[in-house]
Amino acid sequence: MLTIITGHYGSGKTTLSLNLAVNSAKSGKKTAIADLDIVNPFFRTADSLPLLEELGIEAIIPYGANSNLESVYLPPEVEKLFRYDGNAYLDIGGDDDGAIVLGRYAEKIAAAGYEMICVISRYRPFTKDPKDAAEMIASIEATSRLKVTGLVNTSSLGDDTDGETVLASACYAKEVSRLSGKPLLYTAVKKDVLATLSDGEKETLGDILPIEIYTKRLF
Amino acid sequence: MAEKVLMKGNEAIAEAAIRAGCRHFFGYPITPQTEVSAYMAKKMPKIGGVFLQAESEIAAANMVLGAASAGVRTMTSSSSPGISLKQEAISYIIGSDLPCVILNIQRGGPGLGGIQPSQADYFQATRSPDHGDAHMLVFAPASVQEMVTLVTDAFDLADKYRMPAMILGDGALGQMMEPVVFEDKEITPPEKPWATNGHENKRAHNIVNSLYIQPDELERIVKERFEKYEEIKKNETRVENFMTDDADVIVVAYGIAARVAKSAVRNARAAGIKAGLIRPITLWPFPAEAIKEKADKVKAFLTVELSMGQMVEDVKLAAEFKAPVEFFGRTGGMVPTTDEVFNEIVRLNGGNK
Repeated sequence: MLTIITGHYGSGKTTLSLNLAVNSAKSGKKTAIADLDIVNPFFRTADSLPLLEELGIEAIIPYGANSNLESVYLPPEVEKLFRYDGNAYLDIGGDDDGAIVLGRYAEKIAAAGYEMICVISRYRPFTKDPKDAAEMIASIEATSRLKVTGLVNTSSLGDDTDGETVLASACYAKEVSRLSGKPLLYTAVKKDVLATLSDGEKETLGDILPIEIYTKRLF
Repeated sequence: MAEKVLMKGNEAIAEAAIRAGCRHFFGYPITPQTEVSAYMAKKMPKIGGVFLQAESEIAAANMVLGAASAGVRTMTSSSSPGISLKQEAISYIIGSDLPCVILNIQRGGPGLGGIQPSQADYFQATRSPDHGDAHMLVFAPASVQEMVTLVTDAFDLADKYRMPAMILGDGALGQMMEPVVFEDKEITPPEKPWATNGHENKRAHNIVNSLYIQPDELERIVKERFEKYEEIKKNETRVENFMTDDADVIVVAYGIAARVAKSAVRNARAAGIKAGLIRPITLWPFPAEAIKEKADKVKAFLTVELSMGQMVEDVKLAAEFKAPVEFFGRTGGMVPTTDEVFNEIVRLNGGNK
């Protein structure tokens, strides 16, 4: 199964990709993750290489990631993910700029069959208006020449995220889903935040994916 | 209440500038500050402002010189090598007594260096922003929220003192994401009767200029400017004291280094060491008094920087040899870790006691 993770930058694509890959590996499936972010040189999948290695997840990292190179380039191993006998996750760069990378592989991806997730966050300035989020989804589809198959609500305020933060994003996610015509697959919620929610509150969110933050901290 | 959003440092700076009334942004992309330009490019056309990507850093900085002459709130941004290119225009801006905001999201140097965070432009910002006798205000935010506050204050104080203000950040602060709140604040930039914005035959010509034909006149102008600098040192110096009241070892650090140092100080306190942090918020004027006050009370100062040691010279000058001033730093794009700083604190305390 090939899963592509797209969305506005800074909305949690890498965090979601890592969680999906880790869950897949922990369930015993052969798993690969590819960092296809050609836009932002900072905070990327390559930061989590030790974790991926520990879990036996095959990581395909662009040449130059986490170095002083600003334009990374993609290794040929990406191609094998289009005929992969396990779960493969493609972590894509932000916005339609980042989705350009998919255009190059669009025919092969379409032939292989895929799910394309678009993450949405009501706390990022350029997607907090559902109309803007719906526009972003359309622009990602246009440049990638692929179809977004579902949305994941990743609304977060970083360290300040609490139950209220997540609950307040439920209506937003539904509205983006309505405007874009894309199904809302689930809401990604940090495990410690999830523990503070009552069953009734959880119900208002629909399906939930408990997640962990794997990004390294400087202090 | 104003809504909380999650933003990159670079995005927050751009939004704060717009909210401070900046409608004239001139830039040229360079990692790790490109998001400032990207944000301005998206927002400015929607609010009737100007976003202009110039043909070079030199051109962008000179466009700021022109816009500032006309009396508008204007800004340019870059990262280390790009700031070097802007220095000629910065000198003309200082020499013409013009207000503007300049952002430096520092990266590793010298030369093209690298794209990872650095604080190695401290000397450039505080000692030699240009040629000639001159200073600019230099603010050092340590969080995304503080970037918002200081960008607003930078515009206000630049206008008040008719001089450029620099926000000195680094690649980590520019790129990292934190929750941030923008207060709904009415901005009324002051009248600028000196601006060259059209006299309409109602007043005399205004002239904005940095050339003086007579050396004694230039000396007088420079001396007046330095009297203003003394006033600024008295009124605008800013510093954060964290757990310094009873501290035996005081770390002095700004920006991202101060975030790391604060965690190290907390860990040291947990280990029973009386550690504290002095965080300069303005680098020029430098909070020398805050250091001097503590110099006869501490075992040692530890200056932590993402450089080979630059601010440490100001700390030594301020400490007046009353206490040892030591230095710990990483450079070239490397960031000191909390553990590294903690170990230095333990060493200067004379062990873990």
